[in-house]
Amino acid sequence: MSARRDPRDRVQVLDEDGRVREGATVPDIDDESLVEMYREMRLARHFDARAVSLQRQGRMGTYPPLSGQEAAQVGSAMALSDGDWLFPSYREHAAAHVRGVGLERTLRYWMGDERGNALDDVNVFPVAVPIATQVLHATGAAWAADLRGDDAAVLCYFGDGATSEGDFHEGLNFAGVFDVPAVFFCNNNQWAISVPRERQSASATLAQKAHAYGFEGVLVDGMDPLAVYQVTSEALSKAKDPDPVADDAPGRATRPTLVEAIQYRFGAHTTADDPSVYRDDDEVERWKRKDPIPRLEAYLREQGLLDDESVDAIEAEVETEVKAAIDAAERTERPVPADMFDHAYAERTRRLDEQATALERLRERYGDEELLE
Amino acid sequence: MSTQSQNLTLVQAVRDGLKSEMERDDDVLVLGEDVGTNGGVFRATEGLLEAFGEDRVIDTPLAESGIVGTAIGMAAYGFRPVPELQFSGFMYPAFDQIVSHAARLRTRSRGRFTCPMVVRAPYGGGIRAPEHHSESKEAFYTHEPGLKVVVPSTPYDTKGLLAASIRDPDPVVFLEPKLIYRAFREDVPEEPYTVELGEAAVRREGEDLSVFTWGAMTRPTLEAADSVAEDGIDCEVVDLRTLSPMDTDAIVESFKKTGRAVVVHEAPKTGGLAGEITATIQEEALYYQEAPINRVTGFDVPYPLYALEDYYLPEDTRIEDAIRETHGV
Repeated sequence: MSARRDPRDRVQVLDEDGRVREGATVPDIDDESLVEMYREMRLARHFDARAVSLQRQGRMGTYPPLSGQEAAQVGSAMALSDGDWLFPSYREHAAAHVRGVGLERTLRYWMGDERGNALDDVNVFPVAVPIATQVLHATGAAWAADLRGDDAAVLCYFGDGATSEGDFHEGLNFAGVFDVPAVFFCNNNQWAISVPRERQSASATLAQKAHAYGFEGVLVDGMDPLAVYQVTSEALSKAKDPDPVADDAPGRATRPTLVEAIQYRFGAHTTADDPSVYRDDDEVERWKRKDPIPRLEAYLREQGLLDDESVDAIEAEVETEVKAAIDAAERTERPVPADMFDHAYAERTRRLDEQATALERLRERYGDEELLE
Repeated sequence: MSTQSQNLTLVQAVRDGLKSEMERDDDVLVLGEDVGTNGGVFRATEGLLEAFGEDRVIDTPLAESGIVGTAIGMAAYGFRPVPELQFSGFMYPAFDQIVSHAARLRTRSRGRFTCPMVVRAPYGGGIRAPEHHSESKEAFYTHEPGLKVVVPSTPYDTKGLLAASIRDPDPVVFLEPKLIYRAFREDVPEEPYTVELGEAAVRREGEDLSVFTWGAMTRPTLEAADSVAEDGIDCEVVDLRTLSPMDTDAIVESFKKTGRAVVVHEAPKTGGLAGEITATIQEEALYYQEAPINRVTGFDVPYPLYALEDYYLPEDTRIEDAIRETHGV
């Protein structure tokens, strides 16, 4: 790899108009994947709007929107190989979709059905709601992969607020000490609900915190999908095939990387939040000029990979896919009460059996309508 | 007996249990503070580093949440980690990981990911230790669905319960009563064996009154039972061993026989498990009851420094007094 990056230098490939910046190297992605990247981002944007709308109509519970953060999620998740693992927080619906998690399952989870989290066939850990706690699980899984000798790395997402938590510190500290194949990906969207990035840390960047743990930190424009793909790919290959420790290395850990992806959430923290209380519209409009979707679209049109016709076709496909997912999620029968008793332990305890039986007796006697009134 | 046995203390039985499970299953590994080179501050992991190497006996940074949180990731990946937390009073930084994740991972993923992990910690009072080294907070963990909670009281049970906990598909909080780590020895088979989780042990059979207890309180309870026996009070002493899931059948069966009960635990009274045991008896055996149920517990005060510790901890005289009172009603 080239000389180590300074964690204060922001990696950018595309400028705000989608032109390749002078001196920037476009990552090695085939044309089909580039169009796929665009499609995933369009899908995420449309899904997000529909999900917020479902919540507003009372058809879904509280939902955390991702609009504005598509490049960070799609660009990084596309850098993963089949054997790699993804540890999300709760906002990475687009990254999960890239890894094969159907939109229907994401919707079901936010519709309050735990079965939406039963991801039998993909290397994606379930959603972690408590902030930064998944950083430790990711470190542990990466450590386990290393102990097993598996050719696998782990990508872990969290936000800017998470970097203030103890588990962030403990997770990155363990990752450095045991030199595990993990990429810690900070979606710095500037706001932890209402608290701005400046109130989380006096550090000039969050990426530079990596140096304290003995490994590299990289700052990237998180609204530039090509730059995100590039730094994540490099970090993942370093995780699996580390360079020897260089003289200018921040410490002795060779595998982990902390990526700070600068971005902005265009919408609310969740549908229960009103961002107008803590930030002004001018700020939002300023960040919208960096919107990752038109940037990638302009680049792909310039490359001859997209035109009006194909963009329209993608929009139509995306609408069809989201509509089908919503229909499927809403058609799914509610889980039965036995479901909550069956997964607390490998086998039901006596108490759980008694409680499940008592609930069934009540249902039989009164019927669900009266019982749930 | 055809098998070889060894005369071990309780803490030696912990070590022997770890060693025999690590020999049985390569996925079992131990991690924590001072567990490797130092062999653990109580010597519970002595010799394991030499026997199994540093990939399976891991000295970690000093960070309880880090130890348990990374163990959860390892367990989800397929290992059977046995994290040691140095004292149960220092488990609270890991509390979030234990209750928010270890306990919920199976439910959250519908069984795709599980957490076959045993969190070991020395617990309980009576060793003249500094602040935060003596509490009994088993009720924090029994209140959390998805966890199992085990407290052994003998060397034989320690090895068997630890083996059963390590082989269990769900997370177990294994609290070791450090007051009796070296209090007595017992014959412990050299070969691996299990003592099933969720089963109480009747330590003394009796007809007049049931005493329910666990861990380090089992011995003073048995002494109290011997003492009152001289006056013709015939106590049954039930050692619960597993606190979650609790062997309520054993509790109810014993109570139906005696109609009187005393519950003994070190933890504070309010919100302690004696209340849960009493309520279970009320629900399932009220019509057998002949006297109010008596709770002998620690007081509802922060655990005192050791100048007052002997007043705080139930001991045989207090237990005996409660037995006589309950018997006399």
